Amino acid sequence: MLATIDEKRAEIEFAEIETRGRAVSGSWSAAAAVPASARPETGRGRIEIRGVHKHYGAFHVLRDVNLDIEAGKVTSIIGPSGSGKTTLLRSINHLEKVDSGYIAIDNELIGYRRKGERLYELKEKEILERRTSVAMVFQGFYLFPHMTALENVIEAPVSVKRISKAEAIAEARALLSRVGLADKEDSYPNQLSGGQQQRVAIARALAMKPKVILFDEPTSALDPELVGEVLQVIGDLSRSGTTLVIVTHELGFAREVSDKVVFFDEGRALEFGTPSQIFSSPRCARTVEFISKLL
Amino acid sequence: METSIELSPAEGLAPSAAGWHDYSKLKVVSSRHPWRLVGSIFALLGLALVIQSLVTNPRWEWNVVAEYLTVDSVLRGLWTTIYLTAASAALGFILGALVALARLSKSPVLSSAAWFYTWFFRSVPILVLLVVLYNWGYLYEYVGLGIPFTDISFVKVKTVTLLGPITTAIIGLTLNEAAYSAETIRGGILSVDQGQLEAAASLGISRGRRFLRIVLPQAMRAILPNAFNSLTGLVKGTSIVYVLAVYDIFHTIQVIYNRTQRVLPMLLVAVLWYVILTTILSVSQYYIERIFAKGAARAAPKTPFQSLRSLVGSIAVEIKERATAKSAALGVKGGNDACDD
Repeated sequence: MLATIDEKRAEIEFAEIETRGRAVSGSWSAAAAVPASARPETGRGRIEIRGVHKHYGAFHVLRDVNLDIEAGKVTSIIGPSGSGKTTLLRSINHLEKVDSGYIAIDNELIGYRRKGERLYELKEKEILERRTSVAMVFQGFYLFPHMTALENVIEAPVSVKRISKAEAIAEARALLSRVGLADKEDSYPNQLSGGQQQRVAIARALAMKPKVILFDEPTSALDPELVGEVLQVIGDLSRSGTTLVIVTHELGFAREVSDKVVFFDEGRALEFGTPSQIFSSPRCARTVEFISKLL
Repeated sequence: METSIELSPAEGLAPSAAGWHDYSKLKVVSSRHPWRLVGSIFALLGLALVIQSLVTNPRWEWNVVAEYLTVDSVLRGLWTTIYLTAASAALGFILGALVALARLSKSPVLSSAAWFYTWFFRSVPILVLLVVLYNWGYLYEYVGLGIPFTDISFVKVKTVTLLGPITTAIIGLTLNEAAYSAETIRGGILSVDQGQLEAAASLGISRGRRFLRIVLPQAMRAILPNAFNSLTGLVKGTSIVYVLAVYDIFHTIQVIYNRTQRVLPMLLVAVLWYVILTTILSVSQYYIERIFAKGAARAAPKTPFQSLRSLVGSIAVEIKERATAKSAALGVKGGNDACDD
């Protein structure tokens, strides 16, 4: 059953990105986002989150989280710091283990294998195999500092997917030019700006051709001037049919690019709806308060 | 001392209509550091004194040094020292790496066992360790391979035939070295950002490859200086093996001066060889560290040869510039027009 993941997965073709407007302006051009209706309906990477609880010691981080994240759509998770957004994201990638409840991607449970009426905990190797369909972009980039941009991008395809180095390099070059960094393939992360590093990190995530990409506050560690170039790249991805889950404090961006927005507070998914629902007519007082502070 | 500063408008420095001065034509004089000069003179003076006394004092007996420096027995001792150092450093680091990994393991049994190992071998003086190992044959007459807690035994050998002096020395030095290098390696691993592991894990990279490709190369930067520290310590530390009557360089030298009574020149012979070995290690440390500095600095640090070349180059440029500056007064472009493009 595990072996079929790769076979089933459609090769996701990404629309070519023009290098328009990738100037040093902090603004993100809304033109890059594709209206939700124009996006493919049959993308893979549907995420089901059911009754998830998680504790860090006495601290109850996630309290009964239930969410349906549609395949091929863009879902933003907003909310105050410490509300559990990042923990949920990390749970989807099995970097954290939830205490109860379950998370499934395309009916495959995270961390477990179902056999009849029993759930077996996955072994390290199986976890790794499943992780290849979920990529993550971190707030702190976490590029491998001893490798060039190109080496960072080809590392996983070569070592995990076992594709040939030449093929990996060709794909990596295409990805780097897609994020506007064709001329930086030999640079070490240290020689790149924060925005460039994050774009390399996005290329690294794309290189595994994942069904789902998780963005954990991808612009929070960046200078305001560099936020725009990263959001531009993420906005361009929104039309690719890959499921994107974005934890962000950039509410304007979330409103423009998302199909669905989740408002998180104190470990609960308080509100879930379309951007216009959440931003224009929120139901909860907490949401109103949070949005009015930031927008 | 008078410290008042007089601001007299020099020639061409009269305030312009708007009240702005033009400082661009003034000559920059770099600040002087007189005490640095005094310190340097004293240092050179001290060095000259040392060299002068070493050369002119006949009691150093340089002729004896020269005679014994490459004598056969000394070279044999030198070889033993190199051999002991290389073997116990290599084995010690392998064992140390295993102990470090065990110490970082999530299994409480492994990690306490590793802690216990380090605690024990750092506590026991190396001299005691060597003597105990050498007397292992007295403690346990036979060593063998069998099934524990039963009488079944496959191989059984007399201990003394297995543990000769050299083997004992290598085992003792290795056990001791491993305890220290385990901590060095663990420190290096801990210095790598946890996020690196998570990023690698999220890409599906396997545990082993995560360690070898992602963590270890980064950890090496923190490991290498300490590792070379203990390696240079080990070069000289091997002299402890005289208790096992192993003829390393130091023991050989001692035997020679006990016979010839030329104590100081013979010690000079040992020192010269130790200096040579340490120099080789220090130079290789520099270049090995450069390899692992990849990506750590914005620009790779220059090798001493490269910096010498660039120093000579920059002096040449400066001389040229001074010559041109004298012949032509520099035209100063005013205004703030960088934005007009």
